[in-house]
Amino acid sequence: MNFFYHLGRYFMTLGSLFSKPEKAGMYWKELFRQMSLIGVGSLGIISIMSLFIGAVTAVQFAYQLQGNFIPMWWIGLIVRDSLILELAPTLSALLLAGKVGSNISSELGTMRISEQIDAMKIMGVNTASYLIGPKVLASVVVMPLLIVFSVFFGIYGGLFAGVASGAYTSAEYIRGLQDPLRDADTIILFIKSVSFAFIITTISCYQGFYTTGGVVGVGKASTRAVVFSSIVVIIANFFIASLLL
Amino acid sequence: MIEVKEISKSFNDNEVLKSINVTMEEGKCNLIIGKSGAGKTVLLKCMVGLFEPTSGEILYDGRDFVKMTEKERKLIRLEMGMLFQGNALFDSMTVEENVRFPLDMFTSMSKKEKAERVNEVLERVNLKGAHKKFPSEISGGMMKRVGIARAIVQKPRYLFCDEPNSGLDPITSIVIDELIDELTKDLNIVTVINTHDMNSVMGIGDKVIYIHEGQVHWEGSGKEVMTTKDEQLNSFVFASKFWKQVKEDQQ
Ligand SMILES: Nc1ncnc2c1ncn2[C@@H]1O[C@H](COP(=O)(O)OP(=O)(O)OP(=O)(O)O)[C@@H](O)[C@H]1O
Ligand SMILES: [Mg+2]
Repeated sequence: MNFFYHLGRYFMTLGSLFSKPEKAGMYWKELFRQMSLIGVGSLGIISIMSLFIGAVTAVQFAYQLQGNFIPMWWIGLIVRDSLILELAPTLSALLLAGKVGSNISSELGTMRISEQIDAMKIMGVNTASYLIGPKVLASVVVMPLLIVFSVFFGIYGGLFAGVASGAYTSAEYIRGLQDPLRDADTIILFIKSVSFAFIITTISCYQGFYTTGGVVGVGKASTRAVVFSSIVVIIANFFIASLLL
Repeated sequence: MIEVKEISKSFNDNEVLKSINVTMEEGKCNLIIGKSGAGKTVLLKCMVGLFEPTSGEILYDGRDFVKMTEKERKLIRLEMGMLFQGNALFDSMTVEENVRFPLDMFTSMSKKEKAERVNEVLERVNLKGAHKKFPSEISGGMMKRVGIARAIVQKPRYLFCDEPNSGLDPITSIVIDELIDELTKDLNIVTVINTHDMNSVMGIGDKVIYIHEGQVHWEGSGKEVMTTKDEQLNSFVFASKFWKQVKEDQQ
C-alpha cells in the first residue's frame, strides 16, 4: 500500500516537472549552478575511483591471461570494453548516488523542514518544477560526461598499472585499445549513463522534497536517497544489459 | 477583505480548527491570539493554502481560495506576502538575493529597477549594509526584518505574519510592530498577525481574534481586550502579574 502511494506520488511529481517555468532565466541560472555543483564537484572522486578501477581490472586480467594462449594485447581491449559496458557507468553511478544523491536530498530536506519550500510556494512558485527540474536536467547532462571521463581515466589506470608492474608493454595495451569499438557498446554506455543519472536525481529529489520529521527526518531521507537510488541503479543495470545485449 | 467561513481542519482524529468564522479588513492589523497549540499557525496555513482545510471557505475579496486549482491560486499568491514563524529565508542566497527573489521570479523589471526596489524595502525595515550577508551571518532580529522585506517587496495586498516578534527584544519587537502597522496603513492592505505578545495587542491590535481550543472565542479591538469581562480571555491576557496590575490600575 505504502509502496504504491510513494510510487504514485513519485510519478505525479515527475509529471509536474513538465509544466512551463515561471521565469526561464531563473531556471537557466539554477541549471548552470547545478551543473557546476554536480560536474565540477564530482570530477575529483570520479577520476580517482576510475584510475584505480582501470588499474585493478588490468592487473587481474593480466593475471588470468598468464600461461594462456591469448595474446597480452587483449588486455587493452578487455579493460576498455569492461569499463564502457559495466565498470564506468555502474560504479560511477553508485559513487554519484552517494555523493550527489545525499547532497540533493539533504539540501531539499533542509529547505522543506525550515519552510523554505513553503515560502516559495506561497510566492506562487511551482516548487517541484523549480527545485527538482534543473537538478534532473543538470545531472542528465553532466553525469554521462562524468561517466565518459571515467572511461578515459580507467583506461589510463590500466595503462599505468600494467606498465608499472611489467605485465605488458604500453604498445601492447594501446594495440588492444585500437581494436574497433562496437556501436552497441557506445549506445549501451549512453543509455546506462542517462538512465542512472535520471534514477539517482529523481529518487534523491523525491526523498528530499517530501522530507518530514525535522532534522532527524533530513538524515533519514538522505540515507533512503542513497540506498534506494543505488538499488534501483543496480536493478536497472541488469535490465538494460539483458534487453540490449 | 478576507473572509474565513466555517473553516475546520483535522489531522487524523485531532480536530485542530472547529468551524472558524472571521473577517479581516484592509488597512487593519488583524491579530490572532491564543495559547501555544491553539491552532493559530494551522489557521494561517489554511488561509494561504499550505494546509487544505477539511471544510469551509476562504474568500479573498470574494474569490474562494479553497475551491481554486493551484493554477488559479497563483494569481492570488502573487498578491500575498508571508513572514514565517521561523523566517524561512533561503540559506543559499544572500540577504539581497532573498529579497529580490520574488522580483526575479515574477516581474520583468530591469536589474536597476530591482536593485532600487530591494534597497527601498531594506531601508524601510532598517537594514542597510547587510545586502551581501547570508542568513547564517545575521542576527535573529535582522532575519525577521529580511523576512518582512521579502514579504513586502512585491507590494502585497494580503500580508501574513506568524509571530513577527517572537524571540526579539522588547525594543526591536516594537520597531517591527510599528513597521508592520505603518505598511498596513500606507498600502491599505489586509494584515493578519499571529501573536501572543500583549504589547502588540495593545499597540497595533485594530482587530483581535482570540482562538481557544480551535474556536473563535472572542473578537474585538485591542482596547476592548483591556476591558472585557470575558473570563477565558482575561485568564489568557492577564496571566502575568504585570498585566493583572495594569488592569487593576486602570479600573
Ligand atoms: N502538520 C501537522 N500534523 C499534525 N498535527 C499538527 C500539524 N501542525 C499542527 N498540528 C497540531 O495542531 C495544533 C495547533 O498547532 P499550531 O501550530 O497551530 O499552534 P499555534 O497556536 O501556532 O502555537 P504556537 O503559539 O506555539 O505557535 C497542535 O496541537 C499541533 O499538534
Ligand atoms: Mg504558531
